[in-house]
Amino acid sequence: MDKVTNVFISGVGGQGILLASEVLSEVALARGLDVKKSEVHGMAQRGGSVVSHVRFGEKVYSPVIAEREADLLVSFEKMEGLRWIHFLAPGGTVIVNSQEIVPSGMEAYPDGMDEGIRERQPDALLLDALGLAREAGNARSVNVVMLGAFSNYLEFSEDEWTKAIEARVPPKTIDVNLKAFRLGREAGRR
Amino acid sequence: MRVLLSGNEAVARGCYEHGVKVATAYPGTPSTEILENVVKYKDDVYCQWSPNEKVAFEVAMGASFGGVRTITAMKHVGLNVAADPLMTSTSVGGDGGFVIVTADDPGMHSSQNEQDNRYYAKFAKIPLVEPADSQEVKDYLGAAFEISERFGTPVLFRLTTRISHAKTPVELGERTEVARKEYVKDTSRRVVIPAHARRLHVAVEKRLEEIRRFAEDSPLNRIEEGDPAVGVISSGIAYEYARDAFPTATFLKLGLSFPFPIDLAREFCSRFETVYIVEENEPFIEEHLRIAGITNVIGKEKIPVCGELNQGIVRDSVAKNPAPSDRAQVPPRPPVLCPGCPHRSTFFTLNRMNIGSTSDIGCYTLGVMPPLEGLDTCICMGASIGNALGFEKAIGKEFAKKMVAVIGDSTFVHSGMTGLADVAYNKGATTVIILDNSITAMTGHQEHPGTGVTLMGEPTIKLDYIALAKSMGIEDARKVDAYDLEAVKAAIGETTENPEASLLVVEGPCVLMDRKSWGPALEVNAEDCTACGMCLRLGCPAISKDDEGKAAINPLFCVGELCSMCAQVCPVKCISVPVEAAAS
Ligand SMILES: Cc1ncc(C[n+]2csc(CCOP(=O)(O)OP(=O)(O)O)c2C)c(N)n1
Repeated sequence: MDKVTNVFISGVGGQGILLASEVLSEVALARGLDVKKSEVHGMAQRGGSVVSHVRFGEKVYSPVIAEREADLLVSFEKMEGLRWIHFLAPGGTVIVNSQEIVPSGMEAYPDGMDEGIRERQPDALLLDALGLAREAGNARSVNVVMLGAFSNYLEFSEDEWTKAIEARVPPKTIDVNLKAFRLGREAGRR
Repeated sequence: MRVLLSGNEAVARGCYEHGVKVATAYPGTPSTEILENVVKYKDDVYCQWSPNEKVAFEVAMGASFGGVRTITAMKHVGLNVAADPLMTSTSVGGDGGFVIVTADDPGMHSSQNEQDNRYYAKFAKIPLVEPADSQEVKDYLGAAFEISERFGTPVLFRLTTRISHAKTPVELGERTEVARKEYVKDTSRRVVIPAHARRLHVAVEKRLEEIRRFAEDSPLNRIEEGDPAVGVISSGIAYEYARDAFPTATFLKLGLSFPFPIDLAREFCSRFETVYIVEENEPFIEEHLRIAGITNVIGKEKIPVCGELNQGIVRDSVAKNPAPSDRAQVPPRPPVLCPGCPHRSTFFTLNRMNIGSTSDIGCYTLGVMPPLEGLDTCICMGASIGNALGFEKAIGKEFAKKMVAVIGDSTFVHSGMTGLADVAYNKGATTVIILDNSITAMTGHQEHPGTGVTLMGEPTIKLDYIALAKSMGIEDARKVDAYDLEAVKAAIGETTENPEASLLVVEGPCVLMDRKSWGPALEVNAEDCTACGMCLRLGCPAISKDDEGKAAINPLFCVGELCSMCAQVCPVKCISVPVEAAAS
């Protein structure tokens, strides 16, 4: 495996993006791969736009993904998916939570986000991660639902994912999170 | 064991493994997590938050005099605050190993400027060490201490946001204790009266030349052979971007980049027709080459000075026909004051009273956003108070009624106290408002001298702002509850009317610190709501308009009764605690 795999995750501060990228990085590290993960701290809890870059492979240099380099572009919120879509590599995969979070200062959610995404990536996968998270038993597990959804497109086994989730989430929430992961994994299959 | 560590965690781990005994800092993104992680090793490493970077630096310098390995860490602009001790410590240094960590912020993810602190090494005439990933951070920290001890100099250790906040694999090691050097009084070295300082300057110049010769063949500066036709020189994170942009090139990677190893670079450049110099922000390496007459280089004529780099930008900047960026048009999503934030009442009130503010740096800077729009100025930490006094001196005492200084508690302790003394001493009418949320919130909740707890988690003395102001001669010093809008309005009215200086402490702990205090979300009784829009003027992210223009509260965001500013401002009182919750 010479090529570096680039996973770009975006969303809104407070959605738990960092946990998802953390689990992915640990899975890749446990495989014995080189891994780099980069995000910017500080504004995460204050409702701003948040991104995390994860790169893994035999040897990784830059910790960030450049435009047109993401093999997998995952967004935890719809308009954040469109905001970063120019990072997608030709032939890359797009997975977006269809949840809409109105940016503060705007009165209503802008139109045309779905169309914008589809225009650039006709087979983008939009799914209702918030609904699935509620079904799993906790609306806050959107991040793990999304992790489940994009796990289908990476070469790690369900077992490797499960182990990393168990190691990373609070013990009391393991069951909910594993359920969220499985629901996401099913919904993310094509 | 191989684990993923951020660059900041790797500094902390490095402190542990390389026998550091004292670590100090004032928080500042992207450096904050360094000390937050050093504290995990508090049995072996004493660590503390200082009130500001200058004091942090001086405590570290004192610990180095005391003979132990020491670090002090700060964000790039923090080194401006510590520049005074820095510039002289460099001629004195040379006891316990002393490393100054600067975390620069190319791209200004959380900063007010993009200054490139590599120039501080040159300015202060001390060695500059630049790691590129977390493993190098940990290893080079050890090398930095060896250089510090061997040459008797502080060492500047430079990180940038993408090193500090990127996690990369690190092989963990054991701690090696380093014995304390016995302190021996030596005034000829540590008391910098001019007679001593003149001699010390000569010694610094000599030392610099010795370190340069050392840098010429230090393993921190390495050549990575590749395509004999393409040469690249780089350092720090820019090296990683350059490796991706020029995958087959021959590299000169600099890890000890000042004093600049000019012979090594000259020899390297002579092998190629042209050499690319890949640097983020300033042409630090390039200037050294050009001054030495090495001109077969391509640097800042192609690679941008402004903003953060990445491999795509490097690639495009040297490409003949780079593809244009294909960005979609999407409305911005800026950060905002959190729902329930205690700072909101002050800006709301100032706005309603048509009073402006010279302000400062912290979460409250977000009060600049509409609809609060409460800030006139924000420059650097502590500037609010001096700026307000300056306005008053320029425009007249009456203007102080229309322009108050607004500063956070941590920022006040950092560099507001001297400004307050200035207001008192120079007879200002200025009203200084301290937004006291009992924590350094912006950088992620660090304790400070006003919170009563140390970094190591011990209870301690708590600074009393009121008593402090009174001791300066400011009679009108008072407190008000941030969540009582009427009281906030009355207090701002009275203090600004007062023709003498006043201090108003607006108290309310940061809502993110105690989620247990959050109650059920408030509700709008839509029947009574007249769609007047008053509550929307609070700029609370939990409140929006429904289809009829009436207020709607997002129950996932609202923190409940503890805030209830919206209920207080509602003229028809249609916002309240949900009935079931109120009953129980
Ligand atoms: C010289 C300098 N050091 C550190 C920082 C980083 N920084 C920005 S705001 C801030 C403190 C904010 O705390 P406080 O004044 O209590 O306001 P709050 O965020 O809690 O509202 C810090 C440390 C900086 N900008 N400049």
